[in-house]
Amino acid sequence: MAASRTCDLLIAGGGFAGLALAIALRQGLGAGFDVVVADPGFSRPAGGDIRASAIAAAARRLLEATGVWPRVAEGAQPILDMVVTDSRLPDAVRPVFLNFGGDVAPGEPFAHMVENQGLTQALLAQARENGVVLAATAVVDFNLGGARLTARCADATSFAARLLVGADGARSRLREMAGIESFGWDYGQSAIVTIVGHERDHLGRAEEHFLPAGPFATLPLMGRRSAIVWTEETREAERIMALAQDAFAVELERRFGRQLGDLSVDGPRRVHGLGFSVARHFVADRLALVGDAAHMIHPIAGQGLNMGLRDIAALAEAIADAARLGLDCGGADVLDRYQRWRRFDTMAMGVATDSLNRLFSNRSDVLRLVRDIGLGVVDRLPGLKQLFMREAAGLTGAAPKLLRGEAL
Amino acid sequence: MAGATDGSTVDAGEVARFSALAEEWWDPRGKMAVLHKFNPVRLAYIRDALCRHFTRDAKRIDSLSGLRILDIGCGGGILSEPLARLGARVVGADPAAPNIAAAAIHAGEADVAVDYRVTTAEALADLGERFDVVLAMEVVEHVADLALFVRRCAQMVDPGGLMIVATLNRTIKSFALAIVGAEYILRWLPRGTHQWDKFVTPNELEIALARNAMRVVDTTGVVYNPLADCWQPATDIDVNYMVVARHAQ
Repeated sequence: MAASRTCDLLIAGGGFAGLALAIALRQGLGAGFDVVVADPGFSRPAGGDIRASAIAAAARRLLEATGVWPRVAEGAQPILDMVVTDSRLPDAVRPVFLNFGGDVAPGEPFAHMVENQGLTQALLAQARENGVVLAATAVVDFNLGGARLTARCADATSFAARLLVGADGARSRLREMAGIESFGWDYGQSAIVTIVGHERDHLGRAEEHFLPAGPFATLPLMGRRSAIVWTEETREAERIMALAQDAFAVELERRFGRQLGDLSVDGPRRVHGLGFSVARHFVADRLALVGDAAHMIHPIAGQGLNMGLRDIAALAEAIADAARLGLDCGGADVLDRYQRWRRFDTMAMGVATDSLNRLFSNRSDVLRLVRDIGLGVVDRLPGLKQLFMREAAGLTGAAPKLLRGEAL
Repeated sequence: MAGATDGSTVDAGEVARFSALAEEWWDPRGKMAVLHKFNPVRLAYIRDALCRHFTRDAKRIDSLSGLRILDIGCGGGILSEPLARLGARVVGADPAAPNIAAAAIHAGEADVAVDYRVTTAEALADLGERFDVVLAMEVVEHVADLALFVRRCAQMVDPGGLMIVATLNRTIKSFALAIVGAEYILRWLPRGTHQWDKFVTPNELEIALARNAMRVVDTTGVVYNPLADCWQPATDIDVNYMVVARHAQ
């Protein structure tokens, strides 16, 4: 076997979290800090991911601080207004219980919608510019040895790194290899995602309708289009996915409504099973898990991507602080600090999104009354609503520098 | 009994006590856990003082490149090694051979170059060694003759260079916290690690430095924050404190 290539940091997984971490550290620590990102997907052509993501204000500040934001800003649709309704499907009128609008700071909307493909391309371009090594391969196993960890890859190369980061998604192989269990459950729900075009402009408005089967969300995209995240019980989702184009369009229109005129429903559709899971530990010897590899939460509040970026802001700061003191960047102190920083926030967000889903995804009239009163109260208390908005924007708590828009 | 104890400032009993700990230096959860917890705050203090004085950028991972640093009483190297990783040319000196052996093994594994030597401050001074920076971190409270030790260290500081000292103040509070608290109640340190009557007040230290043309330019206290389980710089210098002294020329 060929000799291992040494590096400071090896990141398994070239998704948003993995690439953003690599970029932040190269920018913060300079060319003397070797970062490799390994992902077999690098050799596949772009495309395939038709999803769009809501980038909360704090996550946008991180992208701004790392120079990624200007690359996607043009195609980013600000969410200027967000409406939440609680209704049953046949309801002719969906009373609006909650209406979030405005900015978290002057001129800063609380979120933007960005298409995943564009964001991936922007992150890849920035990573290349900052000298991140992109290896088109997968980590297949690793073992510890003193001051470094040696990771073996599918293409027979290997890396000796001070720290290995598992950014390899919900079914993280690294998490499994490290023997870290995760706990959680399946919601028995699946989300259908697609993009629709509409006749009239959405005016930057996002809508979330809490239907009994689960939330139906429409999120504004540039150019009279909206991203749809449509939650159903899994069996129903499968039935809907199997429908022919016309029948699918009818089902979608029943939920979307005709307030924006005619819909064009001809884009590709995908379905994703929904679950809640949290790894029992976010760290092991010389290993840290970030993003979906560490936690999967219900997409009800659109926080999955933002949670991942919050992870990497915390991990990047812990690593940079140690490296600038000459300390081992894969040492126990760094990993403990990261885990302490993120674990409470993760559990709080996990519990909050889980409770939201349980509260709304049912047919109980009593619960419906309770939640409607609750939403009405929130809507009438500006302070509380502001707090929810700031929480959704990721601006509460002891935020790492990158989330405050500061350089590392 | 460790070698190279050629007289003067080394207290033989102290050397023997630390030799027994040598193998455990690098275990962050072991007997030296408290020193590992303390390490980031003193490293940051040293780095920041050096970056200010030598006009370096503390955000760079090679912020100390080229600086010649002497770490007296380097023990297992938990201070020497990070400083070397930041680019400094570090001589780690300790009179206890097992400490130096442990430090050298670890530096080899970590792939960091440190010049470790079983020697004393006065032996190095006699050789005419000179450094940009001389560090005496958690050492002066263990030496037999403070005035002599400071004089021999100061001799090795290049004109325009720095000496940084960290130690324990001799106050009622330090007796309560560093001896009774740390050694007897919390068991952070083995009993007998410190002798309170050898602790040094900031005033005594400043006078000893001034006699050797070293002017104190900064003093900070260090306190333990039990909520965050970490040590932090503070204005309170009643127990742990650090000073930066500058060669007057």
